[in-house]
Amino acid sequence: MLELTDVRSFYGAIEALKGVSIEVRQGEIVALIGANGAGKSTLLMTIFGSPRVRHGSINFLGQDISRLKTHEIARLGIAQAPEGRRVFPRLTVLENLKLGAILAPPANFDRNLARAYAMFPRLQERQGQRAGTLSGGEQQMLAIARALMSEPKLLLLDEPSLGLAPLIVRQIFAAIAEINREHGTTVLLVEQNAHQALKLANRAYVLVNGRIQSTGTGAELLASDEVREAYLGGAGHH
Amino acid sequence: MLTKASRTTFLVPLRDGVLAGLVALVLAFPIVGLPTSETAHGLVLRPRIPEAIAFAVAVFLGRFALGVAEAGKPRPILLIALLVAIAAPFASAAPEFGAALAIGGLFVALRSALLAFPGVAGRISGGIRVPPVAIKRAPLVLLLLLVVLPLTPVIDRRLLDIAVLVLTYVMLGWGLNITVGLAGLLDLGYVAFFAIGAYAYALLSLTAGLSFWGALPIAGLCAAAAGLIVGGPILRLRGDYFAIVTLGFGEIVRLVAINWSSLTGGSQGIAQIPRISFFGLADFTATPDPGRRAFHELFGISFDPAHRQIFIFYVILALALAVNAFIARSRKLPLGRAWEALREDEIAAQSLGLNLQRIRLSAYAIAAAWGGFAGAFFAVRQGFISPESFSFLESAVILAIVVLGGVGSQLGVVLAAIVMIGVPELVRQLAEYRMLAFGVAMVAIMVWRPSGLISRREPSIRLGDAT
Ligand SMILES: Nc1ncnc2c1ncn2[C@@H]1O[C@H](COP(=O)(O)OP(=O)(O)O)[C@@H](O)[C@H]1O
Ligand SMILES: [Mg+2]
Repeated sequence: MLELTDVRSFYGAIEALKGVSIEVRQGEIVALIGANGAGKSTLLMTIFGSPRVRHGSINFLGQDISRLKTHEIARLGIAQAPEGRRVFPRLTVLENLKLGAILAPPANFDRNLARAYAMFPRLQERQGQRAGTLSGGEQQMLAIARALMSEPKLLLLDEPSLGLAPLIVRQIFAAIAEINREHGTTVLLVEQNAHQALKLANRAYVLVNGRIQSTGTGAELLASDEVREAYLGGAGHH
Repeated sequence: MLTKASRTTFLVPLRDGVLAGLVALVLAFPIVGLPTSETAHGLVLRPRIPEAIAFAVAVFLGRFALGVAEAGKPRPILLIALLVAIAAPFASAAPEFGAALAIGGLFVALRSALLAFPGVAGRISGGIRVPPVAIKRAPLVLLLLLVVLPLTPVIDRRLLDIAVLVLTYVMLGWGLNITVGLAGLLDLGYVAFFAIGAYAYALLSLTAGLSFWGALPIAGLCAAAAGLIVGGPILRLRGDYFAIVTLGFGEIVRLVAINWSSLTGGSQGIAQIPRISFFGLADFTATPDPGRRAFHELFGISFDPAHRQIFIFYVILALALAVNAFIARSRKLPLGRAWEALREDEIAAQSLGLNLQRIRLSAYAIAAAWGGFAGAFFAVRQGFISPESFSFLESAVILAIVVLGGVGSQLGVVLAAIVMIGVPELVRQLAEYRMLAFGVAMVAIMVWRPSGLISRREPSIRLGDAT
């Protein structure tokens, strides 16, 4: 469904992605783990056209999207809950969700809204409240729900668990599993919370310093000494 | 030996004061110290070195005093600053310098007073606590007042004139609020569209014989077209660059008006612009042209020159309300939401599928159209236009109204327009100090109410709206 081939992208002269090749197949949950500054967010943003691909190609559903503009890429059926949530703070929860829905057929709006609220009942309670006044967890729920309102084929999630309490993290991961299972949405999940992400994912990639270091199924990586040492807090932990 | 306390109370402010004084000296030296004046022999320099130094010393004193006041000694500073402010005009040889000292002293005194009596400061910076009900009702009350205003006996021609002027600025402020408040684009050349609308009406009525009502939509379209044409390329620029280029555009339009004299009459402007008619049905005149009717005949009342003025008042009221209604409505529509989304977060908005260029262009062009309507109104009301009316200062005033009122706040714009346009007009003696008052008001607002007089934004969707 999504295929990156030897993708390089830059911030000015700094090469943030140094030839990344990954593949996400229809219906999968693919995790991308890696330390801070490895280039995970850059990878997601590069898929969305900012920064642009300097070298290599990105193929989505048989089409090269590496030259398209951000909104054109969104139109093809990719949505994201970006790093830092980036909800529209002065707009209400409902306005945020309506903005997420601009690419979906208007006739589906009520159904999609009901689904989002069923998944995150907190959002319904807060629908008239400004997004900037929500708690971190609620903002993350809103970011995910907003992305889902466009009925994406592929959902990109950038560290949805960052800075959230364990209970909320569990809720968010359950929601991701549900999105994948019930809606059939393909998910590319960026996480530093490697343990949970690997348990959830069908397959995963480890990004180190702008390069893919290893790949495998979630279970394989969970068992790998290398990964356990680097991202799961030591080998003896398990 | 200095104690630690006196170090922070005096030394730090002293350092800040010296720094500020030096900066002031560097700035004042060429501006104040070396003015040029035109004589028969060409430009000559008339150095005013002592004044420049005095200026820098005054800045040093002011900064030092503020620093000491902030470091915990506001009361003595308040006393000294008040004394300086009162004595300066009498004690100083140069009147400008005395005035500057007096104003500076007052400012320092005000600041120290607020520091000395924090209760007062808290109450001010907490904002005038406007209960939500009052905000909700205020527009309606205001509107009713405005509708009956021309019919009340307190109103005279001068007051009505001022009201029309204020409403014109309210309309411009609301129009600019589409770009600045909703779309988050800093447009420093809004007056360009005002000018285009004014010239469009003037030329259409004089050359093609169009009436105001026929020309009004065309004037708006001309301005919108100009917005589309220049907006296309310049909206690709990032924030600050965009602002600078819009400033340039405003000036270009004015320069074109000055230099294309065959069309625009150059700096002489265009006079004898046809007056407004009563929806094309009748003219406001004692003696109508053959084949035309007069307004007073139409209604069987006696002629009164005030009729036209009252009509003009209602026209601008209706135009301004149209902008307001447009904004209120567009906020609830996808387009308005898209403007706000792009203002809040460009990247997030684009990744939801919003076309940044096109949506911004729509805001810019729509605001331009409203500016054009206002311009046509201005031309028909004045009967005379010249490039002088469309200088950068006008853009700055309109922007100041938007910023002072609270970006995005409709009611705030009305208040700001009354304060900035209405009050100086009412108190003509103060008109000279208008620019100074602008400056002081801007600084005061930025210090105490950084998000404007009224910073509430009504959520456009409330609980219960959705099914
Ligand atoms: N906007 C930017 N401008 C310049 N450098 C950036 C920018 N964003 C990220 N970087 C750099 O690119 C590298 C990858 O960052 P990022 O993709 O945010 O990593 P991650 O999401 O894995 O923590 C880092 O070295 C970071 O400093
Ligand atoms: Mg990141």
